[in-house]
Amino acid sequence: MATSPARKSRLSPITRRRLRIFRGNRRAWISFWCFLALFTLSLGAELIANDKPLVMHYQGHWYAPLLVDYPETEFGGFLPTTADYRDPFVAEEIEAHGWMLWPPIPFAFDTLDQQLSHPAPSPPDARHWLGTDDQGRDVLARVIYGFRLSVLFALALTVGSLLLGVLFGGIQGYFGGKVDLIGQRLSEIWSGLPMLFLLIILASLVEPNIWWLLGIMLLFSWLGLVDIVRAEFLRARNLEYVRAARAMGLPPHLIMWRHVLPNAMVATLTFIPFLFTGAITTLTALDFLGFGLPPGSPSLGELVAQGKNNLQAPWLGITAFVSLSLMLSLLVFIGEGLRDAFDPRHIEHAERAQVPIPQSEAPPHDPAAEREHVDER
Amino acid sequence: MNAETILELQDLTIAFGGEPVVERLSLRVDAGETLALVGESGSGKSVSALGAMGLLPADTRIGGTRHMAGHDLGALNAREWQRLRGNQVGFIFQEPMTSLNPLHTVGKQIGEMLRLHRGLRGREARREARELLEQVRLPRPEELLDAWPHQLSGGQRQRVMIAMAIANRPRLLIADEPTTALDVTVQQEILHLLRDLQARHGMAMLLITHDLNLVRRHADRVCVLYRGREQETGPVQRVFEAPESDYTRTLLAAEPDGRPAPCHAATTLLEARDVGVTFARPKRLLAKRPPDFVAVKPLDLHLARGETLGIVGESGSGKTTLAMGMLRLNAARGEIRLDGTRLDALSGKALRRQRRRAQIVFQDPYGSLSPRMPVFDIVSEGLRYHHPHLGDDEVRERVVTTLREVGLPEDVVSRYPHEFSGGQRQRIAVARAIILEPDLVVLDEPTSALDRTVQKQLVVLLRDLQARHGLSYLFISHDLSVVRAMAHRVLVMKDGEVVEQGDCEQVLHAPSSDYTRALLGAAGLLSAR
Repeated sequence: MATSPARKSRLSPITRRRLRIFRGNRRAWISFWCFLALFTLSLGAELIANDKPLVMHYQGHWYAPLLVDYPETEFGGFLPTTADYRDPFVAEEIEAHGWMLWPPIPFAFDTLDQQLSHPAPSPPDARHWLGTDDQGRDVLARVIYGFRLSVLFALALTVGSLLLGVLFGGIQGYFGGKVDLIGQRLSEIWSGLPMLFLLIILASLVEPNIWWLLGIMLLFSWLGLVDIVRAEFLRARNLEYVRAARAMGLPPHLIMWRHVLPNAMVATLTFIPFLFTGAITTLTALDFLGFGLPPGSPSLGELVAQGKNNLQAPWLGITAFVSLSLMLSLLVFIGEGLRDAFDPRHIEHAERAQVPIPQSEAPPHDPAAEREHVDER
Repeated sequence: MNAETILELQDLTIAFGGEPVVERLSLRVDAGETLALVGESGSGKSVSALGAMGLLPADTRIGGTRHMAGHDLGALNAREWQRLRGNQVGFIFQEPMTSLNPLHTVGKQIGEMLRLHRGLRGREARREARELLEQVRLPRPEELLDAWPHQLSGGQRQRVMIAMAIANRPRLLIADEPTTALDVTVQQEILHLLRDLQARHGMAMLLITHDLNLVRRHADRVCVLYRGREQETGPVQRVFEAPESDYTRTLLAAEPDGRPAPCHAATTLLEARDVGVTFARPKRLLAKRPPDFVAVKPLDLHLARGETLGIVGESGSGKTTLAMGMLRLNAARGEIRLDGTRLDALSGKALRRQRRRAQIVFQDPYGSLSPRMPVFDIVSEGLRYHHPHLGDDEVRERVVTTLREVGLPEDVVSRYPHEFSGGQRQRIAVARAIILEPDLVVLDEPTSALDRTVQKQLVVLLRDLQARHGLSYLFISHDLSVVRAMAHRVLVMKDGEVVEQGDCEQVLHAPSSDYTRALLGAAGLLSAR
């Protein structure tokens, strides 16, 4: 065998073949790594764009303003409030008795720059690489924070919908009959509720924060998954190995978990990237309309709205457009790659192209398998 | 015989991506003659026929010379190929369910053939199509012309396929396992039909099959293939009586033989009284509910310890439904006692506990093992659930012992089902069943997806296991020769009803019903005595 037993036991051959097909799709593979890199970078947004120094040295002491709030009096100021390191007085005081290490972008998403060369929105220059918005906040910093927020929001929404969708879809599909009938009717009624209106009504009742949004959207987003999972479970419950498991006397939850779910997950997984992009788009749309995140939050939708309101400042609109389309394109490419990798017909093709006789032992010299093996190290 | 040679292949070699699949095959089919191409699955018999007719993917390498009625097939261009296929050569494929287009009526599909190759249109084409349907002896041809494929039974569809194949009076008919997907009695009718048509039109026929029974009765000459190599070719009579190659001899000897060890135990293990299965038909809105569909009419049966009861019948006769009902995998009515315990009165956890004692082995060795689990998990799953107190070492030991018992080496435990052949998979399925030490094992057509030689080994294994563990089998099959090798008693079913039951030898020797006699005749067992 070309692969070591330890590796085999972790990944089933089907999974490995899918991985290989996914890797073979260069566009998806590159998009995947680009997206992962961007997301990892944005996770460390505080280290990239912040209005506090990363570390500083003042009068022989070390300070980490990122982690600890120091009062201004510490640095010779007069107010007992948290030091504003961008204040020329404080900055001069510190520079005189030590040094500060600033992140590459010395503005946070909500920093109002008081020393603009032009009236806000100011065009891109060396100080603000992508310019500022109409309140004098750095656009690049807002994009980085906004990207992170969008992705995390979409991630939470996807995971939540996945759990709910698989749970309800699985129960409906596996038991079928009346359970299925009633479940389907209920979910049809439920999906008839207008989500957007609910959110808009909610916005007038409470101050919508990210948790409210997440909660409300979660109430509806899982409905799309139910149909897929249910169909897969309906199909799988009559497969012979599922019947064999029933004949063996395994209880339903074990059968669903071990035998049916792995099958259903294939169809579900291909749906996820599109759920993900859908979540991002919805959040952006709500922000654009002003019913989304509270004012001041770093959000791409709000940036789009600013671009619309300030047509004389094209960098706002262009930045919003480029960052959104880049993010969504990457996700769609990944989604396509996943879908193809999980498509059984596609697997068949790839297999036929590679090894004509896949029976019994693995082919002794499968160049693709060896290449993959080298990649692992 | 100096009939005209229709198809002649010389040193035909076919390779996929450098891997030879068929090597140096030479054969000849004369007008009015049937040549059978015989071999196990994967022996390259279909590939040879498809390759000869240029129906393989473009990247296939084909060597040797091919002549069809004097034309060199290797030199044809795409247009000439098209004229040849369907005109001079007719094809009948194995799967009648998928070889007709479900979106067109029967008449339209036959009409298309006539239009493309003979330029017939409109009323003329319809008359001709009708005639063809009459020729293949379909009832009510006028109505059938407007029928959709899904309204026809498997046998009827195969007849339509034949009608399409002979529509243009081909000189060569290639029949690739034409009856494998059909019931035995239907098989006979189709083959007789082919024979008649052949005689009437003087066609040459290339019959591709794995079933030696068919060959013996329906072919003139036979060519035996093994792993893409020709083993021997000759008149049927000669090959069957005096085979020259070793492989042919094994193939001929592969008919399951022997009888199960006599069963003496008198204690009843399984007893069923008035067991019947009905399915509710779907009810239309505001309509009366249609009467339930009766899959199995109430019947009684009993099974002693260590005994095998063969349940025989064609597809749709309710034999699998009955077995599923007995195991309570389907809803069933009536009283079912397993070793004194009323199975039909149990539910939930109590029923699951009892399930350990009655296991099942399915027909399709490709579908009955989860492709995502290694063999160890597949075999040990039930054991872990029913005996949670067992330690990892004990479980491992039991798995290995059981695998050895079904004739699989220890090192298979970490491999996945797709790495095994059909016979090996079926052994894994048997291991999964017997590791729980059941009293009763339902064998649902366990051998029908396997090659003859593998069938025989599995039958021997199952008999061994029965002798060693005193297992009782409910053996479901449509193949009487296998049933004969396995069962002590037989129960013949038709349309959900018991036609006949009794001692295996007695039923097979002296059947009391016409239906049983027809089955026996179709399986070639009647003529033997």
